[in-house]
Amino acid sequence: MNTIAGYNFAYLDEQTKRMIRRALLKAVAIPGYQVPFGSREMPLPYGWGTGGIQITASILGRDDVLKVIDQGSDDTTNAVNIRRFFARTAGIATTEKTEDATIIQTRHRIPEKPLSEQQIMVYQVPLPEPLARLEPREAVTRKLHALADYGLMHVKLYEDIARYGHIASTYDYPVLVNGRYLMAPSPIPKFDNPKLHMNPALQLFGAGREKRVYAIPPYTKVESLDFEDHPFSVQRWEDPCALCGAEDSFLDEVVLDDAGGRMFVCSDSDYCTTRQAAGHTGSQSPVAKEAA
Amino acid sequence: MNPLLRVNGLSKRYGERIGCADVGFDLYPGEVLAVVGESGSGKSTLLQLLSTRLPADAGSIHYQITGRGLVDMAHLSEAERRWLLRTDWGFVEQNPRDGLRMNVSAGANVGERLMATGARHYGQIRATASDWLARVELDPARLDELPAGFSGGMQQRLQIARNLVTRPRLVFMDEPTAGLDVSVQARLLDLMRELVTDLGLAAVIVTHDLAVARLLAHRLLVMRQGRVVETGLTDQVLDDPQHPYTQLLVSSVLQV
Amino acid sequence: MNSLIHVQGLAKTFVLHHRDGAQIPVLDDVTLDVAAGECVALAGPSGAGKSTLLRCLYGNYLASAGSIRIRHEGHWVDLARATPREILAVRRKSLGYVSQFLRVIPRVSTLDVVAEPLRELGVAADAARERAAALLARLHLPKRLWSLPPATFSGGEQQRVNIARGLIAEKPVLLLDEPTASLDVANAERVAQLIDEARQRGAAVVGIFHDPAIRDRLATRLFAVEAQILELAA
Repeated sequence: MNTIAGYNFAYLDEQTKRMIRRALLKAVAIPGYQVPFGSREMPLPYGWGTGGIQITASILGRDDVLKVIDQGSDDTTNAVNIRRFFARTAGIATTEKTEDATIIQTRHRIPEKPLSEQQIMVYQVPLPEPLARLEPREAVTRKLHALADYGLMHVKLYEDIARYGHIASTYDYPVLVNGRYLMAPSPIPKFDNPKLHMNPALQLFGAGREKRVYAIPPYTKVESLDFEDHPFSVQRWEDPCALCGAEDSFLDEVVLDDAGGRMFVCSDSDYCTTRQAAGHTGSQSPVAKEAA
Repeated sequence: MNPLLRVNGLSKRYGERIGCADVGFDLYPGEVLAVVGESGSGKSTLLQLLSTRLPADAGSIHYQITGRGLVDMAHLSEAERRWLLRTDWGFVEQNPRDGLRMNVSAGANVGERLMATGARHYGQIRATASDWLARVELDPARLDELPAGFSGGMQQRLQIARNLVTRPRLVFMDEPTAGLDVSVQARLLDLMRELVTDLGLAAVIVTHDLAVARLLAHRLLVMRQGRVVETGLTDQVLDDPQHPYTQLLVSSVLQV
Repeated sequence: MNSLIHVQGLAKTFVLHHRDGAQIPVLDDVTLDVAAGECVALAGPSGAGKSTLLRCLYGNYLASAGSIRIRHEGHWVDLARATPREILAVRRKSLGYVSQFLRVIPRVSTLDVVAEPLRELGVAADAARERAAALLARLHLPKRLWSLPPATFSGGEQQRVNIARGLIAEKPVLLLDEPTASLDVANAERVAQLIDEARQRGAAVVGIFHDPAIRDRLATRLFAVEAQILELAA
């Protein structure tokens, strides 16, 4: 694809990219620690993934293959636009196939297919500070991080169990990285938390409005906080994916009609289509319907 | 026996004004010291300095850390100091709203120190919190209620439970009964007296109420204009005050 | 002679800073020895300084001069020079005081008020309460009162609670300020018996007894406090 004339490679100027790379190097060196960076104005509003886009722009090389997902899906507006943005400003190849991508920018999901050492995950982060809701003063939260003083986070989890009988957070579930820093994993479902742990891929997190980047280097220990008698657990569904029959993936609810009809399908669209192409079927797949 | 706390020459100025000048004393395990004086006498400043919330201009505070002997608090790292503050020390604020987390339940308030020091078993944290509610005469059935629904006296008792749950050896209290009705005060005082005796707590209690000092303290420190003007056995200082200011203070109150 | 109290050259002058520094001399050069098994009654008219002497012996008033030595765990401790901690230790183990009036602690039951001195010595709660109950029974304090705080009791009832509290720990030195003032004859006699028993087990007792009958009944010796002042005046 042709690049648009007049823009630097991947939109950002080289000085900005160097600045962000330096911040990323620091973030990788201190897993889970939030590194401040000079977030730039991007041609889309804060909250639409400006942090992730700036990281992607900084690490993108001419040979990279980019995949962008939003809520697990490659074909939502945000995913399509960001993919096209980089295709036009950097002229790089894009893909929807998890295994073909070298960089995967994501909002709210980690692909179901295991990642490799050759891949980099870039997460869009709205609120990088996991303690923000409990302690609004940033001067205080920084000190709590510096001293690894995380009792407060457990107070929140305690309160959840006392109130709801279980830990109520289902996404952006707090984790402890490398046994040291408390980290917000961005609003991924807690279903994806186990994938953060000892992942072969480099994982980078960017918060544009809050001007922070942080990272989980490959093969880093990541624990989800819990209590001994209320251990961390992930969501489970009663039925497999209605389209591909997968029993190990994160499912989205899809409303079919206004008479209460609904089905559950994989949120990872690439995973689902790949399985369907390989002949897997679910209760609502066209093949199964025809047979019935 | 070695002192638990050794204070020497503690001083603090606010510009021209003296907050606290050359205060020194030893506090032994299980000993309760009351600091009395009028508003502005420097007793609250002293408490802030002792609890290391406020840096002193001069002087030193040594504390007996288990297994390490008397340690200069100024030589502790921030992390060590904070650890001490939430395990071995307690601080009961005059206004319970300053000492409690008002947006989480009573149980979470009591359990916080446990969780901050590594407790990770929900059921055990809850059971301990429940025991402590009973111990400060709060109904354990109210474990999951927010402190905002509690009366002032109940909030103050909850604050005490929140501080004592880690079995500290030293507790600072700033006018713990000041905002309460007289009948509620009596109950709280009695409870504090019991807890101090049962747990062998050492305490520094700042109060302007000589009756509180009489009931709780072994020893008195009378402060005026930032300086200690008289110190001694509680009943001796109150019944046979030596310094003109103490005589005025004692004669100014109704019979205690 | 096995002396438990040794007072030498004790003087007490009150300085009233807010009465133009007026000096009120009360005691001067008091010397007193009390042996185990003795009961010394302080004698003298009102204002002679009997109560002041008794309070000095307890460390409640600060001596202006001289020494007040009390036998404590085989050593002499001079209350005129001891630190507050030392005085409290002496009081806890060796020095008991029964004042005329009970300083009531809100909400604490009579049984616990009486048991407290034992609790301070490390006696288990149940054992301490048991002994407190036995003592209250001997003093004929109605059993229905035991679980109540003594705040609302009559003068005589409060005084018996106070005596029980003062005697329960069997301290070797006992200071009694009018222990029977509010009691009828029968109850006064019960208290007198307890004081006799304390003396017989080797306690040194110093007391102020206004009632001559009780004083004669209890005292093994009189100590004239007034004489000290008069001597000075002469």
